[in-house]
Amino acid sequence: MGKSTIIPFGPQHPVLPEPIHLDLVLEDEKVVEAIPQIGYVHRGLEKLVEKKEWPEMVFVIERVCGICSFGHGWGYCMSVEGNLGVEVPPRAQYLRTIWHELSRIQSHLLWLGLIADAFGFESLFMHSWRLRETAVEIFEDTTGARTTFSVCKVGGLRRDIENEKLAEIVKKLRDKEAELRELTSVFLDDNSVKKRLVGIGALTKEDVIELGAVGPVARASGVSNDVRLDGHGVYNELGFEPCVEEEGDSYARCKVRVREIFQSIDLIERAVAAIPDGDIAIEIKGVHPAGEFLARLEQPRGEAYYYTKGSGEKFLERVRVRTPSNANVPALVKMLQGCDLADVPILTLTIDPCISCVER
Amino acid sequence: MSIKKSPWIIHYDCSSCNGCDIEMLACLTPMYDLERFGIVNTGNPKHADVFIVTGTVNTQNIPVVKQIYNQMPNPKVVIAVGICAATGGIFRGCYNVVGGLDHVIPVDMYVPGCAARPEAIIDGIMKSIDILAEKQAALDEGVVPEEICGGYIYEGEHDEHGTLITDEDADAAEEEQDVGATPDQEEQE
Amino acid sequence: MNIETHPADALLALAQDTKADGWRLGQVCATTIGDSVEMLYTFEKNNELKSYKFMLNAEAPELQSVTATYPYAFIYENEIHDLFGVKFKNLAVDYEGTFFRIAEKTPWNPSAAKGGEN
Repeated sequence: MGKSTIIPFGPQHPVLPEPIHLDLVLEDEKVVEAIPQIGYVHRGLEKLVEKKEWPEMVFVIERVCGICSFGHGWGYCMSVEGNLGVEVPPRAQYLRTIWHELSRIQSHLLWLGLIADAFGFESLFMHSWRLRETAVEIFEDTTGARTTFSVCKVGGLRRDIENEKLAEIVKKLRDKEAELRELTSVFLDDNSVKKRLVGIGALTKEDVIELGAVGPVARASGVSNDVRLDGHGVYNELGFEPCVEEEGDSYARCKVRVREIFQSIDLIERAVAAIPDGDIAIEIKGVHPAGEFLARLEQPRGEAYYYTKGSGEKFLERVRVRTPSNANVPALVKMLQGCDLADVPILTLTIDPCISCVER
Repeated sequence: MSIKKSPWIIHYDCSSCNGCDIEMLACLTPMYDLERFGIVNTGNPKHADVFIVTGTVNTQNIPVVKQIYNQMPNPKVVIAVGICAATGGIFRGCYNVVGGLDHVIPVDMYVPGCAARPEAIIDGIMKSIDILAEKQAALDEGVVPEEICGGYIYEGEHDEHGTLITDEDADAAEEEQDVGATPDQEEQE
Repeated sequence: MNIETHPADALLALAQDTKADGWRLGQVCATTIGDSVEMLYTFEKNNELKSYKFMLNAEAPELQSVTATYPYAFIYENEIHDLFGVKFKNLAVDYEGTFFRIAEKTPWNPSAAKGGEN
């Protein structure tokens, strides 16, 4: 047994798009312990609730994270709507679901690119991001912005998508499907990619339950944890079934996300086929949230909680966002124990960490 | 000027929401392709000419920003990408936000937007390369590096964890900056 | 919303019961309301939620850590310690106030900082 050494990993590291710091305790090339250290991205944005009125606060909550921005906006709106006891028109529910699934496609392709970069395939990274532009272009086309597009408001949506455009969106996604299959088959079938992912950072079903992991990390280990099963949005109407794999290693986590990209395209197609005509928002006037409400939502990275508490004033007393990356950090710490130093970047990425979500 | 033909960039995410970071990365990918201008993304500050920062500055990441900036060789330019890096943006007034990047290091170029669009980022980088070339020319003429590239300007002190000890008077430096060009650059024009 | 309020010393027993019953700890949230800190523990099982609420004194908030039952609670507890000044007894992974490392002590609950905490 060698002498133990502590290696600092991050905050500025080529493989990390975001600053997280890990103190890696090593014995020779094996990691014995990993201690996460955060605070580089902490802004304290939940406290802005004291300065921004509740209808405005949605803009702040959307900026918890730019990758899953739409879901954060939706979750906050859902929470305030629950607080006020209002129902959102069905067309708005369908459109929210469509935008949310597009965000999932965008986010998973982004992740595929980053993991490709981490295991050393730069051209695969480039192709993943090239295809990711398909979803981003749809955002731009329908909302005018590429990342943080602020279409959700309490009571519904700010923008509609015409039915012809919805059909175009489905066609656009279906047109790219062959290319997506080609791309994802490299991740799932290529020998050298498999060598870098299969068996790396395996978590059993019991581990995942014990660590409280959520989202694709949990689903890759055989735990069918998916908030979409509780039917927020219109997932019940669309006949949603979660993608679950059993192996629990990095490869399984990759496979879950790949399957979810195609599942999201299917869900969008079904939503477009079933979307009713009608209003996209209801008017909310003269009332302020006076109770407390906890809403849940399935983000690309897993289950997220949105808690709002009001006292009948225009400023809420508390907004709290529990993001999926927050729940997945303990799983990462566990995975890193006993891994090779060379696998640290891949393992860090397999939970799809979103540090600005963790710290807010 | 060879430095204009192939400037290398380094990107650091201060406390950004990721919006500008993914747009920054999108700039490097085939749709926008910064590499066609000879621009290469590097992770090593000592290889970099252009320092791109997204997000607001907080007390925790000030030492990191300073360290990257000081490790970069002269001449160097700094670009603040996104409204958060320029002024603090929507997060201005949060308890853990000091403000824009210019509280910490001199900034040569501000790219507006929330999130900044890839076209705007590319434009900002291309404009900053001209400033880089001017700085190179001045250095070649024997101007002292401090006069054109400066040191960091943030005076707060930190303990061994990198946490700020004294409360910095953030208001003093909170004057609004014009988005686009810095006063220095206007004088040169 | 399914919320029950309990005295603070009931937390550990409640956590053990919910764990034995197969519930997962969903989130822990703290809110400062006047001179008290309100702690909200949410548990999830088969897409059902239940929450327990505990009221603490804002000047010297103290609570038992649930990390012995739910080890992954260390993330929430360290965060709440740094932001609200709540002291968790028997915290399994204690960062001792260096988890967030922010300049301002307990920004969400200034009265805990005045009380000589940290």
